[in-house]
Amino acid sequence: MELLSFGDTGWGDELLIATLMTIAVSVTAMLVGFLFALIFTPLKLSKNKFFNFIANSYTTIIRGVPELLVIYLFFFGGTGAVMFVASIFGYNEYIEINAFITGAFAIGIISGAYSTEVFRGAIQSIDKGQFEAVKVLGLSKFQQFFKIILPQTLRLAIPNLSNVWQITLKDTSLISVTGLVEIMRQSYIAAGSTRDPLFFYSFAAVLYLLLTFLSMKLINRLEVRYSKGY
Amino acid sequence: MNILRKTVFSVLASLLIIGNVFAADKIRIGTEGAYPPWNSKDASGKLIGFEVELAYTLCRYIGKQCEIVEQDWDGMIPALIMRKFDAIMAGMSITDERKKAISFSQGYADEVASLAVMKGSDLEGMKTPKGIGLSSPNSDAKKALKTITAALAGKTVCTQIGTIHQNFLESGDVGKINLRTYKTQDEVNLDLASGRCDVALAAAVAFTDYAQKSGKSVVLVGPTFSGGAFGNGVGVGIRQDDTELLKVFNQAINKARKNGDISRIATKWFGFDASM
Amino acid sequence: MDIELMINSLPKLLGATVITLKLLSASLIVGLIIGLLFAILRLNKNIIVNRFAYGYSYVFRGTPLLVQIFIIYFGLGQIEYLRSTFLWVVLKEPYWCAIIAFALNTGAYTSEILRSAFQTIKPGIVEAGKSLGIPNKIIFYKIQIPIAIRQSLPAYGNEIILMMKGTSLASTVTLMDLTGVAKYIISTTFKPIEVFIVAGSIYLFMTFCIHNLIKFLEKKYSF
Repeated sequence: MELLSFGDTGWGDELLIATLMTIAVSVTAMLVGFLFALIFTPLKLSKNKFFNFIANSYTTIIRGVPELLVIYLFFFGGTGAVMFVASIFGYNEYIEINAFITGAFAIGIISGAYSTEVFRGAIQSIDKGQFEAVKVLGLSKFQQFFKIILPQTLRLAIPNLSNVWQITLKDTSLISVTGLVEIMRQSYIAAGSTRDPLFFYSFAAVLYLLLTFLSMKLINRLEVRYSKGY
Repeated sequence: MNILRKTVFSVLASLLIIGNVFAADKIRIGTEGAYPPWNSKDASGKLIGFEVELAYTLCRYIGKQCEIVEQDWDGMIPALIMRKFDAIMAGMSITDERKKAISFSQGYADEVASLAVMKGSDLEGMKTPKGIGLSSPNSDAKKALKTITAALAGKTVCTQIGTIHQNFLESGDVGKINLRTYKTQDEVNLDLASGRCDVALAAAVAFTDYAQKSGKSVVLVGPTFSGGAFGNGVGVGIRQDDTELLKVFNQAINKARKNGDISRIATKWFGFDASM
Repeated sequence: MDIELMINSLPKLLGATVITLKLLSASLIVGLIIGLLFAILRLNKNIIVNRFAYGYSYVFRGTPLLVQIFIIYFGLGQIEYLRSTFLWVVLKEPYWCAIIAFALNTGAYTSEILRSAFQTIKPGIVEAGKSLGIPNKIIFYKIQIPIAIRQSLPAYGNEIILMMKGTSLASTVTLMDLTGVAKYIISTTFKPIEVFIVAGSIYLFMTFCIHNLIKFLEKKYSF
């Protein structure tokens, strides 16, 4: 048990920081994923065949290829890839990459593909009557979406989004490739240093279970809140 | 669509600002931190080792501040090219293949490679000369290679991925073996000690260091290797377009060699003068 | 775009795909057996058995596959006692360690899929069988299991694809599967995009085949 103590001889403090890092990367990745979903969900639902094709390619490719491969693509092709994406938005200067950005971005893209599917499914299962009603009421497109459609989408999406969160959380363990010190990497370092892989990897499993457990509790609260009135 | 564009851009931009590192006056040097005694980490996680100490010495001669950055071995060259750091000092041997991607300074130290087994292995007591050079192998070297090929036939040989050792084992010089590659030398050591590997190949000092620190009975067998697939010494890896930095490093290495720094630091970490 | 590299790396990548497929099929077969076993345990009335099965599935679904494979390969390899038993013959090889980890992982997800499939079978069907005098065991094997399998096909198809992606983690324990070889080529040629396209296409093709196989089975077994 002394292996876990805080301070110089124990690994407790390093593991705590690593856990916080895991949470940080997961949350950031989830948000990046939402950003992608915000772009690709409308493309998927659009009547334009070309937009459909782009969005479908995105979700099919990212969900059909192993996460490790996507991470390697970003890690080894990092600067080029991010700069390419950024240049689409008009940013053409040199970009310095650090492990956090690379990792969060790679996992974010993966998370986004799943989120896109979830939002698409949620929007498609909203009663068509709702869409007609907002049009009839003469609300602006902005009001239509944010005040009426979106809240209903969230209610339907939250259970599946909690799955996406679980996937995202566990995928962060793969970022150890980029050198970012999250739970997996710190356990790897500790295991190597103390030559006790069984203890540290088992403890890492416990940490992930803890995060999973706490996430579920939080998400259940969210579900209850968004289901009010139904 | 315009609001969307701006939002996305500002999110990306703020992410990038968080991750931005301004490195104007510092030289960032990448090392593995997992290859003692060349480079490793102490109990508190600080990077130490022959190359870390040498790096600070060289930077002193160059007149700039040094920052040592940790990097996994298998991403070392891509990280240099991606500008994560400006130089590699990670026990990286100078080979023609690597020269296709990056430049190297002159060599500052050399290492010899050796096979290793656990005590009691039937490979102990292999009859070979003490060391062989593979750049232009003489008849002794060729005979040694034949002995080794016979001894290793069908055995499980382990080594670190992306190393000169892997190149040698794959070159055909030792015939058909069951090759296993690992991310770090540490993993090689672990599987050698647990019996998953019959024999392993790495720098001789890596094994003696492991034997000393872990108390496991790892024994060197066969000849020590140098030259040929094993490259021509260890040098500083630098981006090909960074010609100024290359010049500056070479000058610093010359000074360090003349003043005896390299020999001194090498003897401190290796127990013998491994300098070039 | 280095087309030559893409063509040259194809044979190596296809060779590695064989290993990926071997890992996938072995893991799925063992995983299916484990999954069926634990699904049945989960439906058991005994609370200890029930909770045990739930615990297994919770742990293996709540922790990353990478952690599981590391515990089995590195963790178990560290225990001196294990090395002297006959188990070492199996645990010594990374191939078997990987399959054990994958099978346990997919077993957990499969057990959840099968369990929910069992629970959604209309009780009326079971009652009808009982009223016809059919013994419980026969009801189980000849009625419930086929219906459950049919119900699970879409979700299980998904699981197969997830497991196919999971096999890429074998590369972290020295196995040179498709992802392992792809990574090696990327790190020696520094052309990540080209290699990603070739390796990714192979994975997508496998996904495509699995998807169509499941669709075919769904049609064939629909009532």
